[in-house]
Amino acid sequence: MTRFVVQRLGHGLLVLLLVSVATFGIMQAAPGGPSLLADPKLSIAERAAIESRLGLDQPPVVQYGRWLARAVRGDLGTSFLYQTPTLATIGARVPGTLRLAGAALLLAVAAGVPLGIAGAARPGGLIDRAGTGLSIALMSVPVFWLGIVGILLFAVWLHVLPAGGSASDSGSPGAADALRHLVLPATVLAASLLAELLRYARSSTRAALGQPFVQVLRARGVAPGAVVWRHAARNALITVTSVIGLQLPRLVGGAAITETVFSWPGMGRLGVEAALARDYPLVMGVTMVVAAAVVAASLLVDVAQMFLDPRVRAA
Amino acid sequence: MTGYGVWRSVARDRRARVAGALLLLLVGLAVAGPLLYHVDPVSMDLASAGVAPGGAHPLGADESGRDVLARLMAGGRVSLTVGLLAMLVALGLGGTVGALAGYRGAWLDQLLMRLTDAALAIPSLFVVIAVVAFLGPSVTTLVLAIGATSWMGAARVVRGELQTLRCQPFVEAARALGSRSGPIMRHHLLPHLMPTILVASTLGVGTAILTESALSYLGLGVQPPAASWGNMLSGAQSYLFSYPWLAVYPGLMILLTVMSVNLFGDALRDGLERQHQPPFGG
Repeated sequence: MTRFVVQRLGHGLLVLLLVSVATFGIMQAAPGGPSLLADPKLSIAERAAIESRLGLDQPPVVQYGRWLARAVRGDLGTSFLYQTPTLATIGARVPGTLRLAGAALLLAVAAGVPLGIAGAARPGGLIDRAGTGLSIALMSVPVFWLGIVGILLFAVWLHVLPAGGSASDSGSPGAADALRHLVLPATVLAASLLAELLRYARSSTRAALGQPFVQVLRARGVAPGAVVWRHAARNALITVTSVIGLQLPRLVGGAAITETVFSWPGMGRLGVEAALARDYPLVMGVTMVVAAAVVAASLLVDVAQMFLDPRVRAA
Repeated sequence: MTGYGVWRSVARDRRARVAGALLLLLVGLAVAGPLLYHVDPVSMDLASAGVAPGGAHPLGADESGRDVLARLMAGGRVSLTVGLLAMLVALGLGGTVGALAGYRGAWLDQLLMRLTDAALAIPSLFVVIAVVAFLGPSVTTLVLAIGATSWMGAARVVRGELQTLRCQPFVEAARALGSRSGPIMRHHLLPHLMPTILVASTLGVGTAILTESALSYLGLGVQPPAASWGNMLSGAQSYLFSYPWLAVYPGLMILLTVMSVNLFGDALRDGLERQHQPPFGG
């Protein structure tokens, strides 16, 4: 167990290193520098001064080396755009994204998994057909368009939900207000994950229902509902946890779009702004924080799987 | 393993027929539409800015008075082209990585699979945003960026298939007869990989179209005045209160296109799975 975790941690660090090299390489290869230097009023001397202050006059290998040396000590540099420490700038935006992505994850699991299992219990039945149709539609809809249509329906026409932001400017900033702002963005973000979870929960429950142990349970007179929900569904959960792990990067990517549609103060939108402004340290910072979160989450999923599945534990 | 049986099974599938017909209609609209409907998609006419659907503008006009129907057709060409080309790039990259890893194995397999893990750990949409923002938005950049960040699925699928295929007796026989890796790959392995590749690439087109639309929505895709389904929506959000129809049509086009591509891919996969029922090579 300990050996497995240590080994996976090593893999994770290697992945993070590769991610940082790739991101740095892409930024270096791209034409044009940071937007800071795009100002046509800058004289050549001023440009050179800024470049040397930011260390941009050094060869790429030296720049990367410096970045890495500071990064391992927990210093991700200073944002060009905001002139603030990158880590603090990102830190301020993390809670927003966590709240949004967490709510979406909860919603997707709570709705997608039971629907998938119920569909598998009676293939071709009403629930199954409705669920399959829903998952096909949700997988094919652009996240941002779902957001726009949601705003159009619930904010513009029905006036029941706010069109954006994470809290009202005026009035009471209570929990109810925060929740009202969260409903639409979280639902929109949950859509594609929900579709994916529904599909996998359905197919793995169906596979489990075809196994010999289910026949034994039925022969022993266990109630049909209990066979599906207590025994077969437990097997489906193993697949579901690994799908969650695989889908996390897409959830974060979707968060960037959702945050933009709903002007939600989160890390995804910060990353989009940083990429647009060619803010090297901030782009590196956001990418690394996100990649670290993904690596940590997939490690957690692997450990969770050892608890859920005795076969993995034995291997 | 005849392709004929798969097509027959797909043709019998009702959702595949509906999806296929819808897809043909949408592609036809984008390809042939502009030949029949002679309205310039980029010419502005402030007098008809925000005209509601009907009359001279069947689907209305946008905030600059450009005809929405003409823009939907022109935008469809862009979205479909980017989707197809990006899928081809992803397939080329992923197929190569997967073939090398699955056929050669050993240390190369280890290295390439760690690389694939790393690529999967990055939120791909986010990287595409960064790449396009750095390289500057254009159709070429979009195709390359989307392709370069969505090859991992194809790589894993091809690797997995090859790992079982390369141990099959007919591969050993070919090797014993003195064939080298290249010809074995082309003549003996590729035909077996085709069905899997076909399914993966069909579904890949759908994802690529979705990514393109998201990027265009963020302002990183096709640049106005040229139209794409995504950038039509980017402008539309600011006019939700006054011209809501601007937000509806392009989104519906994306939804219908991606949905029919996905349904078709699903039917194709089901057809292939039915084919595989008698065990492989048995």
